[in-house]
Amino acid sequence: MSLTRKDVEGIAHLARLEITDAEMSVYTDSLSKILSFVEQLGAADTGSIEPMAHPLEGESQRLRPDEVTETDQHEKYQSNAPAVASALYVVPKVIE
Amino acid sequence: MTIHTRSVAELAAGLARKEFSAVELAEHFLARIERSNSALNAYVTVTPERALADARAADEARARGAAGPLTGVPLAHKDIFCTDGVRTACGSKMLENFVAPYDATVVERLHAAGTVMLGKTNMDEFAMGSSNETSHFGPVRNPWDLDRVPGGSSGGSAAVVAARLAPVATGTDTGGSIRQPAALVGISGIKPTYGRVSRYGMIAFASSLDQAGIMAPSAEDCALLLQAMAGFDARDSTSVDRPVPDYVAELGAPLQGVRIGLLKEFFAHGLEGPTATLVQAAIDEYRRLGAEIVEVSCPSLPLSVPTYYVVAPAECSSNLSRFDGVRFGHRCKDPRDLMDLYKRSRGEGFGAEVKRRIMTGTYVLSAGYYDAYYLKAQKCRSLISADFKRAFAEVDLLLGPTSPSPAFAIGAKVDDPITMYLNDIYTIGANLAGLPAMSIPCGFDGALPVGLQLIGPHFGESRLLSAAHAYQGVTDFHRRIPAAYA
Repeated sequence: MSLTRKDVEGIAHLARLEITDAEMSVYTDSLSKILSFVEQLGAADTGSIEPMAHPLEGESQRLRPDEVTETDQHEKYQSNAPAVASALYVVPKVIE
Repeated sequence: MTIHTRSVAELAAGLARKEFSAVELAEHFLARIERSNSALNAYVTVTPERALADARAADEARARGAAGPLTGVPLAHKDIFCTDGVRTACGSKMLENFVAPYDATVVERLHAAGTVMLGKTNMDEFAMGSSNETSHFGPVRNPWDLDRVPGGSSGGSAAVVAARLAPVATGTDTGGSIRQPAALVGISGIKPTYGRVSRYGMIAFASSLDQAGIMAPSAEDCALLLQAMAGFDARDSTSVDRPVPDYVAELGAPLQGVRIGLLKEFFAHGLEGPTATLVQAAIDEYRRLGAEIVEVSCPSLPLSVPTYYVVAPAECSSNLSRFDGVRFGHRCKDPRDLMDLYKRSRGEGFGAEVKRRIMTGTYVLSAGYYDAYYLKAQKCRSLISADFKRAFAEVDLLLGPTSPSPAFAIGAKVDDPITMYLNDIYTIGANLAGLPAMSIPCGFDGALPVGLQLIGPHFGESRLLSAAHAYQGVTDFHRRIPAAYA
C-alpha cells in the first residue's frame, strides 16, 4: 500500500491533526510502510471466523442501574481547562 | 545488609520488626532519587512531601497495630495513573500541566494498603513505544548501560526498580509494556489477565488490550503487590467480578507435574545467540524443578504483530479523540476557529509516534478500509486467541523469551517504526488473547540482562507467580543490581 501526500492530508483532517510540511513526507513514507506491513493479514484464512472485539466476551461489559453516583465537582475538574467563563468551557465562536 | 538492595518482601519484614521506620525508608529512597535520577531521567515528578506524609501515616498505623503487609513500603507510579493533586502527564506535552482531579483505583488501593508514593515515572508518550524514546520528557536510560534504552513503555518504572530508586513500581501493558522493559533491566514484571486489575483512572491507549500490573525485584514481590491491586471495581466496565486468590499463600505450589509448553513459533525463527542459550538454560532448570516440558504450537501467532498494529492504533485513534484542547490538556495559541483549535492543539500537543498511530488507526477505521484492515485484524485476533485456548488445553503454562534481544542503543531503532514494532513479537500474543504473562530475569548477555517470559491461561496468575518464584528459589539473577546502584 502506497499512500500519496493527498491521502495523508485527508487522514490528518479526519484525525483533526495539523501536520507540518516537513512532517508530511515522513508520515507519507512511514504510514505506507505500516500499511504494507499489516497487509500480510490478507493472506490469513478467516472465512467463517467471527471477529473478536474483546478478550473476555461474556465476562464483563456490565450495565449498571441509571442512578446518580457522582457528586458535582465541576470547579475541580475545570481547574484543568484552558479557558472557562461562568463555569462554561470557552471555545472560538462557532455560530456567526 | 543495605536497605535498598532488599526485595519488597524483605523491606516489609524489616518494617514489621521495626528495624527501620517508614519515614527512614522513604528518606533513604528520596536521597537515592536525589543522587541518581538526573542521569537516568526515570522519574518525571518526585513527591517528597507526599512520600513523607504517607510514611508518617504508615508509622502511625503500625504504632496503633493497624499495619498490613505493605504498610510503609515505598513505591513509584507510572505517570499514566491519575494521582489526585499530582501532575499526571502520561509522557506527553498534551498533559504537561494536567493535575489529575482524582486517584486511579490502583493508586487508591495501594494507598489504602499503606504504601508510600515516591513519585511518578517517565514513560513512552501515552504508552506508545518500546524504548521510552517517545516521551516528551526525554528518554529514560538503562541503569545497566546509560547509552541503552530501558525498554518501554513502562521504561521509567523499570529503571527506578532496577536502580533501586524505588523498591517497586506500577506499570501498564498493552503489547508488552511491563514485560519487555522488565526483561531489558533485569527485574520481574507481571501483566495480569485482562479485567483482573481496574483501569479506572488509567489513561486509555487501546481499551481491549490495556491492563495494569506491577514491576518489582522478585515474583514474590509481584504477588504481594498484585494482591492489593486486583479485584472488582464497579467504576471500570471491563473489571471482572471474580474472587482474588491468595497469591502469596499459593507461591509455594510445587512444579512437580506442571506441564510447561514451548511455543514452536517462539523458537522457530530469529531466536538465536545468547538469548536463545539463556532461555534454553531456563528450560533445563524448569525440568530439574520437576516440570514436564512439551512442545506446542500456535500456528496463527506470526499474525500477532500485524494484528496488533491494526487493533491498537484503531482503539488509540478513538481514545485519544478526547484530547481536543477544550476541556483539559494543551490548547494552541490564538485559534482562528474551532477546527483550527482542534487541529493545532492536537498537532502541537502530540508527539510523532502518537500522531503516527492516530493516523494509522483513523485510516483502518475509515469508510472503505474498515473491512479490509480492522475487521480482518479482529478475525485474526480470534484465530490467535483460539490457538492459545487449544494450547492451554494441553499445558499449564507457556514459556519463551520476552524480547528478541537485550537492551539496544538509544537512537538505534527510532527512525524505523516496523523494526521498533517487532520488539513486541513475543509479548503481543498475551494481550490479544487477554492472558496473564510475566517476565523474570534468566541471565546476562555480556553486561545486559535477558528476560524469560511465562504465559498462563485466563486468571492463572497464581501458577504463573509460583512457577516464577520456584525458578527464583534456585537462581539469583533477580538479585543482581547494576554496580553503580548497589
